[in-house]
Amino acid sequence: MTESNNANRGNDANDASGSGKANEPAAAPTATQPAAKAPQKSFGRQVLDGIVTGNSAVVTFLAIVLALVVGAILIVLSDQDVLDKYQYFFADPGDALSASWTVVKDAYVALFKGAILDPDTLDSNYAPYILKPISETISMATPLIFGGLAVSIAFRAGLFNIGAQGQLIAGAILASWVGFTFDLPGALLLILVMLGGIIGGALYAGLAGVLKARFGAHEVIVTIMFNYIAVYFLGWLLTTTTFREADQQQPIGKPLDDGALLPRLFGDELRINLGIILALAAVALYWWILNRSAMGFELRAVGSNPDAARTAGMSVGRAQIVSMAIAGGLAGMVGVCQLAGPYNAGHQLSPTIDAGLGFTAITVALLGRTKPLGVVFAALLFGALQAGGSTMQAAAGVSIDIVMVIQAVIVLCVAAPALVRTIFRLKGAHKGGEGGLVAKETAGAEAV
Amino acid sequence: MRRVSKVAVIAVSGALALTATACGSKPKDDDKGSQPSAGSTATGGAGATNAANFKGCMVTDQGGVDDRSFNAAAWAGFNKANKELGMQIKKVDSKTENDYVPNIDSLVADKCDVIVSVGGLMAKATGEAAKKNPNQKFIIVDSSSVEPNIKGLEYNTAQAAFMGGYLAASQSKSGKVATFGGMKIPPVTIYMDGFVEGVNYYNKQKNKSVQVLGWDVAKQEGSIAGKFDSQADGQRIAKDFIAQGADVIHPVAGATGLGAAAEAKESGKAVIVWVDTDGYESAANYKEVMLSTVTKAMTESVFLSLKEASENKYTTKPYLGTLANDGVGLAPFHDFDSKVSAETKAELAKIKSDIVAGTIKVESAAAPKG
Repeated sequence: MTESNNANRGNDANDASGSGKANEPAAAPTATQPAAKAPQKSFGRQVLDGIVTGNSAVVTFLAIVLALVVGAILIVLSDQDVLDKYQYFFADPGDALSASWTVVKDAYVALFKGAILDPDTLDSNYAPYILKPISETISMATPLIFGGLAVSIAFRAGLFNIGAQGQLIAGAILASWVGFTFDLPGALLLILVMLGGIIGGALYAGLAGVLKARFGAHEVIVTIMFNYIAVYFLGWLLTTTTFREADQQQPIGKPLDDGALLPRLFGDELRINLGIILALAAVALYWWILNRSAMGFELRAVGSNPDAARTAGMSVGRAQIVSMAIAGGLAGMVGVCQLAGPYNAGHQLSPTIDAGLGFTAITVALLGRTKPLGVVFAALLFGALQAGGSTMQAAAGVSIDIVMVIQAVIVLCVAAPALVRTIFRLKGAHKGGEGGLVAKETAGAEAV
Repeated sequence: MRRVSKVAVIAVSGALALTATACGSKPKDDDKGSQPSAGSTATGGAGATNAANFKGCMVTDQGGVDDRSFNAAAWAGFNKANKELGMQIKKVDSKTENDYVPNIDSLVADKCDVIVSVGGLMAKATGEAAKKNPNQKFIIVDSSSVEPNIKGLEYNTAQAAFMGGYLAASQSKSGKVATFGGMKIPPVTIYMDGFVEGVNYYNKQKNKSVQVLGWDVAKQEGSIAGKFDSQADGQRIAKDFIAQGADVIHPVAGATGLGAAAEAKESGKAVIVWVDTDGYESAANYKEVMLSTVTKAMTESVFLSLKEASENKYTTKPYLGTLANDGVGLAPFHDFDSKVSAETKAELAKIKSDIVAGTIKVESAAAPKG
């Protein structure tokens, strides 16, 4: 369904992104819309409309296009050399436009090279060079998959888990303690470290679940506050002799034993590591729990209507605690990735070990609509933007902030599909309420 | 789809409106080597020697290059190298600590001749990259040298902060001054140590009892914002201090400190002793509350080490900024010049020479050993 639909819209979408990137008003009149003006709708069009209005994949795709357009505009606006050319726009419009095109093209080409493939490396015939960008994208996406699932599973049980940050910190603390305390052979230590991370996160989130289930403390407030507690607790821990590495200027923790690191899958030159396999396993587990297990059924029932679930004899409190504990365990794995993964050079705790992933996880879950594959693709998209962003900064000199804007616009559009439908004049634009909230689309809905 | 093009049109007209005059004429020659815009590679004008083929690159810490303090000072050193030596310069921003490794990687891939990591938190990431790329030259700010290819730039800012504390105490009418940090890391707490010691020295000399809020040297505990990029936090902390009666505040927190300056300006009840780069110029919005600045001559030392590297004189000999070599110091008082008494000025000069001579010893657990 999705693919045929995308194929049908392919031309239009190309027009959109093309003219947007070039910022070329001249292209405006040539963009045509053959089907939209047909007085009588063909059968095909009706089918298409049905898909368009109901299909969130299209909205997501258009959201990305829109975000790239907004990003392109900002890239132009933030480049003084190009803006200077607009001062004599009417004397020589081509100059300004081609400069705009060049700067935007360079930026997005660099983004692509950093995230997917750099054609220049193809000549080298050396696999690590060729595969490096995609490996970066996947490595960056790995913790986001865990994080996205952590937010999603709570969401399915009707809980907003804003506490992934605190949970991943709790997981990282316990994982790190295990990692530098026990002296065990490699694989065993790694397993223990991961267990530490999962348990740390699960306990921390489970506590929030208990407070919700037993005392009715709202989980949003509780998890946000728990974030602060975790951050400052970590800060304090890093002043203690147990955790802090001695003789070190900075307050950073003791390094993990080398055996506890997530092993790289294809040699040292590529950062892709065991984490992605575990993450995909977690995705499968998430799908199985929600769709095939009795517990998952309870979670979804509680998520869609707690009163009905209670009447049916389910324990709402237990479902809430369980879903939060699972969420915390998944967030704890983000902490393990942060600690034992390839981006932590020293494999040690630091005051900012969370790296903002707790909140990116929320956007990943929203973008993926809390569906298993959705979360994977959303995480890959964000991973790609992150990986490409670094190259874009270095090679094209475009600020990494553009990447943040692109991410934000995508999420904004996905959270408000009516906005995208209005902008692209899709049918159903005025039914603002329909599908307006991801909550409505997903809570209790069939997964995948 | 038509809408998208409309969006583009609106954007373009917006850009036009911003640039104000759309009817100018095209300049005859596109002088490529004009001003470098932040972030872009630019080949500068004047003394284009072999430096013109030399590419200096910088990785910022999490505060970003617009923190008007730490990262900004290092980037200013780059801009100077661009202007005076014609060096090609480039920078990448780190948003989170996950960015350190890939950012340094991207710069190595981009064939930079020297890579400057701005911030001790990057020590491990820089060390790892240096090991992997033994022929790549690295410079790191606020961390020590590592053989064979990392040069460390460190600063004993406690000495200058001591003078800042003395000045603050002399200017306080309420008898209370305050300081807070961005993170509890040595390059931050060293200022706070020196500041408190300076106030204590004033109390001893003048038999006064000016109090310092926000930092306890013995316990190494105090007000820490937890981040370098949150003005809201800086404002909240400053509000607390002012409510407790402090009238001179020394924020050591990068962009978070700007919040304190904003609060001082809004309330009109406090003045600021800024850090790193002269706040009267770098944070000119708040110049009316900038009493002075405890400076760390990062701009100059970064520039000099870039220059060395471009002249093939790169070494890993550590640099230590002190009052003696003007690597640290106290900025001019600007608008407050008339309010600081000649007596205080003389005393500050005496303190400086005493510290240089070693008769006053400024102790800080965080002082670099280099």
